[in-house]
Amino acid sequence: MNRDTDRAKLFGRRAAFLGVAKLALLGGLAGRMYYLQIIEGSRYATLADENRINIRLLPPPRGRILDRFGKPLADNEINYRVLIVAEDTEKAGGMKATLERLSQIVDISPKDIQRVLRDARRRRSFVPIKVVENLTWEEVASIQVNSPDLPGIDIDVGQSRNYPNGETLAHVLGYVAQVSETDLTGDPLLELPGFRIGKAGVEKVHDLALRGAGGTSQVEVNALGRIKRELERKEGEPGVEVELTIDVELQKFVEQRVGEESAAVVVLDIHTGEILAMSSQPGFDPNAFNKGLTTTYWRSLVNNEKSPLINKALVGQYPPGSTFKMVVALAALEAGIIAPDQTVFCNGVTELGNARFHCWKKWGHGHMDMHEAIEQSCDIYFYEIAKRLGIDRIAEMSRRFGLGEPVDIDLPGARSGVIPTRDWKAATIGQPWQKGETLIAGIGQGYVLTTPLQLAVMTARLVNGGMAVQPHLTRTIGGKPAHAYEPARIDVSPRSLKLVADAMAAVVNSPKGTAKSSRIEDETMKMGGKTGTAQVRRISKSERDTRVLKNEELEWRERDHALFVGYAPVGAPRYAVSVVVEHGGSGSAAAAPIARDVLEEVQRRSILPPLPPKTVASDKDQPGGEDSPLQAASLTGRSL
Amino acid sequence: MTLREKIWQINWSLILLILATASVGFAMMYSAANGNFDPWATRQMARFGVGMAIMLFIALLDIRFWLRSAYLAYVVVLVLLIAVEVFGSIGMGAQRWIAVGPIQVQPSELMKIALVLALARYFHGINLEDVNRVTSFIPPIIMILMPTALVLRQPDLGTAMMLAAGGIVLMFLAGVRLWVFIAGGVAALASIPIAWQFLRDYQKQRVLTFLDPETDPLGAGYHILQSKIALGSGGMFGKGFLQGTQSHLSFLPEKQTDFVFTMLAEEFGMIGGLGLLGLYALLLIYGVFIAMRSRSHFGRLLAMGVTVTFFLYVFINIAMVMGLVPVVGVPLPLISYGGTAMLTLLMGFGLLMCVYIHRDVPFGRRGEEET
Repeated sequence: MNRDTDRAKLFGRRAAFLGVAKLALLGGLAGRMYYLQIIEGSRYATLADENRINIRLLPPPRGRILDRFGKPLADNEINYRVLIVAEDTEKAGGMKATLERLSQIVDISPKDIQRVLRDARRRRSFVPIKVVENLTWEEVASIQVNSPDLPGIDIDVGQSRNYPNGETLAHVLGYVAQVSETDLTGDPLLELPGFRIGKAGVEKVHDLALRGAGGTSQVEVNALGRIKRELERKEGEPGVEVELTIDVELQKFVEQRVGEESAAVVVLDIHTGEILAMSSQPGFDPNAFNKGLTTTYWRSLVNNEKSPLINKALVGQYPPGSTFKMVVALAALEAGIIAPDQTVFCNGVTELGNARFHCWKKWGHGHMDMHEAIEQSCDIYFYEIAKRLGIDRIAEMSRRFGLGEPVDIDLPGARSGVIPTRDWKAATIGQPWQKGETLIAGIGQGYVLTTPLQLAVMTARLVNGGMAVQPHLTRTIGGKPAHAYEPARIDVSPRSLKLVADAMAAVVNSPKGTAKSSRIEDETMKMGGKTGTAQVRRISKSERDTRVLKNEELEWRERDHALFVGYAPVGAPRYAVSVVVEHGGSGSAAAAPIARDVLEEVQRRSILPPLPPKTVASDKDQPGGEDSPLQAASLTGRSL
Repeated sequence: MTLREKIWQINWSLILLILATASVGFAMMYSAANGNFDPWATRQMARFGVGMAIMLFIALLDIRFWLRSAYLAYVVVLVLLIAVEVFGSIGMGAQRWIAVGPIQVQPSELMKIALVLALARYFHGINLEDVNRVTSFIPPIIMILMPTALVLRQPDLGTAMMLAAGGIVLMFLAGVRLWVFIAGGVAALASIPIAWQFLRDYQKQRVLTFLDPETDPLGAGYHILQSKIALGSGGMFGKGFLQGTQSHLSFLPEKQTDFVFTMLAEEFGMIGGLGLLGLYALLLIYGVFIAMRSRSHFGRLLAMGVTVTFFLYVFINIAMVMGLVPVVGVPLPLISYGGTAMLTLLMGFGLLMCVYIHRDVPFGRRGEEET
């Protein structure tokens, strides 16, 4: 008993010590709690919020592109996508079984199934994986009807770019496609998977406006990244609408009229520079770029010798041929080296040094004044005045009409063409200028290269009273006018301009005109213009001595380019057109009829409001006055 | 004592305290399941009910029965541990459970009680003068080392630590001279490099991570870091019941088991955490009080041993989730989801209660009536 008392005493002491120690340790825990929750509490609270809040970007809907009458050229269509969530398929025998059941309802390739299964292994089981997209409404409906058999299958509604007119205007509109490394600018939208940006055409030029600004959604996520709920949503700004100057119905008419040819057509409002139609054919389907190109389709585009991917109206550079002659004529008139009624004799050939220069008319035109030379497109006349002018004065006049200069247009990739000068040749070819080259340039051949757009601009400037209009495609961006400018006046006398326009009217409407077979019968719609036929091969002396091969006898690639520039109506010009048919043969046969039909259509559609009476009225009041170089009555009367 | 007298002696306030603590656990199970009784709360309550019955049964048995059965219980649990070791090596890497009928039993948990029982019996049987003979403290050291080594092999660092600590505390209470502990401590320190060799890689990693959790925030340090964030963001009053963002958004691992205190502290803040600590402190004080009241040395050692084991659970678990000790698998007593730990604790409380009921029953070295 005594022993036990000692034992109990010792135990008591030690137990008390332990008890105190335990309470002290618990106190330590309380202190630690105080440190973590009170002293460090706000730091951890911040960390906790960072942990659970995830900011997600909401892609804004892309702005529509409309034509001048508000018809949609590019819009967004609802894109139904099938998503699969792996973990939800477990009850139904797993992903493979579900995908097989799904493939009986919609078309899924074995390749897609493999891709989905591969993705599923790499991702967490609750992350949705895209199975197929661009489903039709019927497919969506039948999936929904069968949804009890398809657990884990989800229909997701997104938006995808749609070009309702298909190939029509493809080159102008461009297309959207997935963002590539080099596109990244720091805009987080671009890093969204599946986001698409404008890669060409209007889609590219106005990409920022069309794109809008992304919204954000703050979502609460758990440690696995699964979304629990949305905390806050900030809607982005949808992209604004871009309205083009194009009339899509006219565009369709042009494209249909051109048909299978490899050609470029540009229709302009001569007073504003608004492009009413711009066609480059053949085209491509921009929808295919958005949805992913098939290899076959891509090959068919790349391997086509008619270059469907290139916008020939902007990028195609062609010798203007005889369509260049108006500019040369103006240069001559302005330089005073020839009077309008002074004639040059054409016997079919002229010589310079030991070189011979031929007229297209082998036996010659006889005596030609300027009006006749343009009307009948006499080459000898223009060799002669070009020889007197020299290349630099021709080049100088060309630039006033927008040739050989970069075109300020709201589309990427426009080429500037070539208007040669002595300096240009020295700089690019490194050889001195030859006098013979001036002669060839005088008929728009040799080094001279222009784009169809430039030719349309040149025509507009020739017939609009000498205003340096700039071509443009965009009418409004987000409802605000995209262009507001006063075109500068071109320093050319109205009298000279009138003479040239007069001659152009004769080209179509006089019995001797080179495009007489393409005249418009309707008196109120008559057109004027100029044909051009540009050689793409050199005709050797031996061939000329025996017989020049006809275009039909040549390979397509060797045939001449057919050109025509025109305007209408001759009384009060409103529209300018340029047509280039690659390897189409002669301008009068291949290009002028297209121009005729297009100008007839554009007038029939009366796209533009009637001109303010001022211009028309002043014509009558002051014939040949400064403001009105073109006068319907005198022009037609004289040429007919 | 008759059964009637015993029932009269049942310590109802202790039962109330246990019930209050366990209820906190039920609430946390309910919260862990985002406001559902399934899958945890209902089962936890059912287990608690069974555990309470077992507790009362143990409490009402004669304390001398427990004295006489102590070694047998120890041997049985040791055999179970060996069995787990054998089957564990056949089966998966770290098997800690053994199936007894429909229930899974974790022998290492039971050993916490069995060891206390065995040591209490041992020290009850020897005189104070004999305690410090070298030959007298060899058997208890062996009794401690055998299960500790087995559990360490499983590997379960937390339980091994608890077994060793519980045993050592019991030796301390029994009156073993202090220099023995000092010598043992020095020896243990010296053996750390050797022990290190025996640790599994993930255990080493846990210890290393504990020393600097920020170095591997997404790997081994993730648990500690997330736990500290959850706990710390609770602040003074917490985010509210069922409102713990960290735990409910699964940033917090094992929220219903080892990290349940974190969830509590996140949802109820420091007030809630201190409240639970208070409940635990009351239980501990109760345990010490019962130990002091016992007339038998067995009863004193048993009661104190149970209390110390209980304390070790509380301390290691909470210190662990607050990043004070390495992450080891120790549940929060009466709160964490899990059957065997609950059973072990309630068995321990049963013994504690048994000591209280029989506090004035005197008995001899082998449990015989004392005259």
